Amino acid sequence: MDLKVNGELRNLGEIDPRTPLLWVLRDELGLVGTKFGCGISQCGACTVLVGGQPVKSCSYPVSTVANAEVTTVEGLARSDGELNAVQQAWVDLDVAQCGYCQAGQIMAAEALLRANPNPGDDDIDQAMAPNLCRCGTYIRIREAVKVAAATRRSAAEASDAAE
Amino acid sequence: MTGLNYADIGDVVPIVTGERRVVADAYAPDDVRIGKLDRRQFLKLTGLVGGGLMLTFGTPKALAKGAVLQPNGYVKIDATGIVLYAKNPEIGQGVKTSLPMIIAEELDAAWDDVQVVQSPIDRETYGWQMAGGSTSIPGNWDPLRRAGAAARSMLVEAAAKRWGVEATSLSTRDSHVVHAASGRKLAYTELAAGAAAMDVPNPQSLTLKKRDQFRLIGKRITGVDNDALVRGEPLFGIDQMLPGMKYAVYQKCPAIGGKVASANLDAIKAMPGVHDAFVLEGNGNAMELLPGVAIVADNTFSAIQAKRALKVEWDESDASKDSWTHAKAEAERLRKESGPQVVNTGDVDAAFASSAKQASGFYTYHFVSHATLEPQNCTAWFKDGALELWAPTQTPAQGIGSAAKVVGVSPSKVTLHQLRCGGGFGRRLYNDFTCEAAAITKRAGVPIKLQWTREDDMAYDLYRAGGFHQMDGAVDENGKVTGWRDRFITFTNDGRRPVSGGGLGRGVFPAGLVDNVRLEQTALPWMNRCGAWRAPGSNVFAFVFQSFLDELAHAAGRDSLDVLLEVFGEPRQMGPRGMHTGRAAGVVKLAAKEAGWGRELADGRGMGIAFYYSHAGHIAEVAEVSVSDQKQVRVHKVTVAADVGPIVNLSGAENQMQGSVVDGLSTMTGLSVTFENGRVEQSNFDRYPMLRMPSTPEVAVHFVDSDYPPTGLGEPALPPLAPAVCNAIFAASGHRIRTLPISEEGFSLA
Ligand code: FES
Ligand code: FES
Repeated sequence: MDLKVNGELRNLGEIDPRTPLLWVLRDELGLVGTKFGCGISQCGACTVLVGGQPVKSCSYPVSTVANAEVTTVEGLARSDGELNAVQQAWVDLDVAQCGYCQAGQIMAAEALLRANPNPGDDDIDQAMAPNLCRCGTYIRIREAVKVAAATRRSAAEASDAAE
Repeated sequence: MTGLNYADIGDVVPIVTGERRVVADAYAPDDVRIGKLDRRQFLKLTGLVGGGLMLTFGTPKALAKGAVLQPNGYVKIDATGIVLYAKNPEIGQGVKTSLPMIIAEELDAAWDDVQVVQSPIDRETYGWQMAGGSTSIPGNWDPLRRAGAAARSMLVEAAAKRWGVEATSLSTRDSHVVHAASGRKLAYTELAAGAAAMDVPNPQSLTLKKRDQFRLIGKRITGVDNDALVRGEPLFGIDQMLPGMKYAVYQKCPAIGGKVASANLDAIKAMPGVHDAFVLEGNGNAMELLPGVAIVADNTFSAIQAKRALKVEWDESDASKDSWTHAKAEAERLRKESGPQVVNTGDVDAAFASSAKQASGFYTYHFVSHATLEPQNCTAWFKDGALELWAPTQTPAQGIGSAAKVVGVSPSKVTLHQLRCGGGFGRRLYNDFTCEAAAITKRAGVPIKLQWTREDDMAYDLYRAGGFHQMDGAVDENGKVTGWRDRFITFTNDGRRPVSGGGLGRGVFPAGLVDNVRLEQTALPWMNRCGAWRAPGSNVFAFVFQSFLDELAHAAGRDSLDVLLEVFGEPRQMGPRGMHTGRAAGVVKLAAKEAGWGRELADGRGMGIAFYYSHAGHIAEVAEVSVSDQKQVRVHKVTVAADVGPIVNLSGAENQMQGSVVDGLSTMTGLSVTFENGRVEQSNFDRYPMLRMPSTPEVAVHFVDSDYPPTGLGEPALPPLAPAVCNAIFAASGHRIRTLPISEEGFSLA
């Protein structure tokens, strides 16, 4: 079985098709940025993008992903290593405490901003509600989403102007 | 009552201000061992799986000669750069950033020039290395300043020699030594080789900076791991991989104390992807290795599948029968009888007899779980009589001692790599998961990663114990609080002392503040393990005492703020480790002022105030809430005022305060662990509903600028939150909350 992850086609060999995407990423592909928190779709630590949509990879059998494009936190930075707008906002606002939930938070925020470039407070709260932070960094996450949204919008304006 | 030994459970957290207490076998390795894996081969292997996994090790003593300046375990400077070592486990409290900041300040290194490396576990070099009790800052403040200053003075000496000038004519700034008179300037990296030849000065002889000379301390510095975190790099215990590693799970008896009678091991071993399955007897210590069945598989999914298919016949003859329902009934009975006194000052009976008003209330709080978001795990490799551990633990030295015991080797044969912890909150003070991993790798003969599921994590925590307080209070005709009685029903694991955080003592509020105080304490036997949970004791006592003080204020018809300030009385220090009433009053006034205490509020809105002193921190909080007819509570804003001495890292400090408020609110609102027939009734987050973003209030943080030595911030901002919110709910609705979580009284968060 093959899986397209972060733009690369990866061969999984013989694998139990019921294996949750989470464990395929972590154990088989060594992409350990995606985290295990609950295994039952309650915490969002395992959030990745499948076809641009946020999914809980702990509850997503790998067989159902087959032809879609998977993006994990490792796939967000540019190929030259530069962080994307969401990652940069998370660094600059010093969002993390333990940091364990943050890959999932970042992926949820990335999905939100791809769908809605200018989210209001309620949009942010709704989109981020599936993601638990045991350390309670929600206040900074909210801010960071807004900063990332602004960065993305100004980048989009700049590229529009260049065209 | 049980075959288990709970002797090692108790307060493993040292008291603040750097006091060292031995909690494990002394351990002092000669040097850091990169270990039994060939590092090159290891990197190649892990590179192949695509994660780019790499473990970094510090070697502070190994390179102490030649061109490298390394006057102590904290600073290493050579021609290529400046490395500072972070000694304590990072559990989200920010010490991997704040501790090196203290070194860099006195070293006068530019923060951008510094590379921070997690130090190895080495008692001789680093002394106490642990994360707990909010001790990292107070315990390391002075030694780390001197460590930085020592290196700085050697660099200055080296420059003085090179230029042939007096050391006193030189100054330092941004990783350079400067000779102002001649305009000459040299980088530390250029001076390192010369400085390495200088004598290391006596740390006590060094002159440290005055507060107004600080350039880094007090600034907003972002976490040193932030970049790696947002790229998903393998920083955590759970992220470790070893060549040939297998994935292990461990099933213990759902009722603690149960043993394995039989298990379908053959069927399990025949399952696809399963490498091995076996029974471990346990070592009789509830803190180390409980009996159970280990399954070792090719990947986590196969291991979890096999665990689901595992059928164990448990021998529960010695197992826990703990029941919350039964405990509640016992408490209901005991609250009417007087119990053993732990504090009795003044004449309590006379105070009640002569009182103008009295109030009474029976307070209850449930057990709760730590629920670190990263479930417990440990990677372990037993090979050639030596054990190597990659453990997300708050107490690495204790982990080494316990694991050594479990596999039957000397602690000198155990190497433990400390890794970033996905939350601590006290859970990882205990090394049961480390011991399990050690026992499993030894028996399986392969390197393993032990992974607890969330269900394991909830079922085998060291819970914050529940408790019950029959409170009675008296006020005189002037409305002054004159009598205070607490009949406390708590729990004991070992039959001798209350569980961690479950004991009242002389330092507890309002002993020493109210003239006539009687505290009684009775402990119910309890088998399920209890342990330290963020701000042990304080996290529940604050709720009871600060709520009840509010009850007394209302009984007297007085403003709660006035009563609180009157209780503090004249500014004074209450014993060597106690609070300072002047600092307490200071934060209470500041929080009240910033929150606009006393201003007119809309109907259905209310404000509550609470103060608590814990872990050497003085913290007051004011909550503003509204309560609907359906008992839906919206917390609009929490105003926090803290006096913890100078702030080291403003960004980290603020984050801790906000996080403590959110954690406090989350826990008081809907979190509870209940037990019946020895078993925990909640198994995952669906029945343990932590707070989510939409319910998160605005949090305003104010630090008092004080000259006291700095103290820790991981814990003290949590305790005042619950009483501040409950007092606000009373102000808004007239309903006095006496049970946590408030969901037990029908309230929920909007
Ligand atoms: S691990 Fe997938 S939602 Fe918690
Ligand atoms: S930062 Fe620790 S769980 Fe979110």
